Amino acid sequence: MAPSDDPRDAPQDDPQPDATGQDRSAPGGWRRLAEALRPRLSRSQLLAGVLCAAVGFALVVQVQQSASDQLSSARQEDLVRLLDEVTQRADRLDDEVARLEATRDELASGTGQAQAALELARERAQSEGILSGRLPAEGPGVEISILDPDGRLAAAQLFNVLEELRNAGAEAIELNGVRLVTSSWFVDRDGVIVVDDQELSSPYRWTAIGDPATISPALEIPGGAFATVRNKGARVTLLSQDLVQVTAVRAPEEPEFARPQEPRE
Amino acid sequence: MIAVVGLVIGVVAGLVLQPTVPVGLQPYLPIAVVAALDALFGGLRALLDGLFDDKVFLVSFLSNVVVAAFIVFLGDQLGVGSQLSTAVVVVLGIRIFSNAAAIRRHLFKA
Repeated sequence: MAPSDDPRDAPQDDPQPDATGQDRSAPGGWRRLAEALRPRLSRSQLLAGVLCAAVGFALVVQVQQSASDQLSSARQEDLVRLLDEVTQRADRLDDEVARLEATRDELASGTGQAQAALELARERAQSEGILSGRLPAEGPGVEISILDPDGRLAAAQLFNVLEELRNAGAEAIELNGVRLVTSSWFVDRDGVIVVDDQELSSPYRWTAIGDPATISPALEIPGGAFATVRNKGARVTLLSQDLVQVTAVRAPEEPEFARPQEPRE
Repeated sequence: MIAVVGLVIGVVAGLVLQPTVPVGLQPYLPIAVVAALDALFGGLRALLDGLFDDKVFLVSFLSNVVVAAFIVFLGDQLGVGSQLSTAVVVVLGIRIFSNAAAIRRHLFKA
């Protein structure tokens, strides 16, 4: 048999022939190839041509087949396995979707509650910040100025004014740049009126936020705050405004003894 | 030369006609192509050895293709089709390599 398809009969005879043999066959190989390539109408040439055409045809067809669709050339068991894998993967992904959606819902409701709590806390912080003097405030109110060029007023009269303002519902009060809070105090020191450790001098300018229609009659009550001040010889003017600003602030002091009470059940 | 022309004609015909492979033949065509390539290389080597014989070439070509396809068919019937086609491709690949090595030695002496 000729060695066209048997690898065992030929390779042994020419892996390393001697030098002369190599020299002899060196042009021989190329010459044989060129000879075979020369177009002749022999039977073997035609046969080789036909078979080569068949191989080329089949090769191209197969390449296009496998390039066009990977699945159509797959075996049945491969397809079944593939389908199985895809189904399992889809199931796993479905599970994951359900889990993640549950987590998302949980988080969404959680942030909703936290958001509401935060809003509430913020509002409360604002209103309490105004009442405690921690925040500047504005709103309808009155501006009062008390002129006492001779220094006849004492701390008690100014304290009267403050008490009257509080009774009339003033929510934020400022006196000569000092924010008056629940712990504010007045005292006479060497003929000077001192409020919260700050010395005051005439004119005493008050700004109070509250209902002007309540505050101004409350101050003007006969025998009340303004009457006492006028009795001492000072002059008082009161101006009702739609918008006054209390800009002075006071940092609240940390309570030294009192602690928040534990909420009871 | 006619062989080269034939190869070109086959490739062009495949590109132009774009035939669909029948479903029954689909598992066997790739194996048959590899077997035919092996036969082509064997024929080229025989040519360089000076032993080329057209009858042997034809018979080896056809038997290669038929046997390869038959082995795969048998494997499919036995339920080991994919493993057997892998085995056939490996064996044919080894033969193509050794034939190509022999051709290389003939042409380049290396």
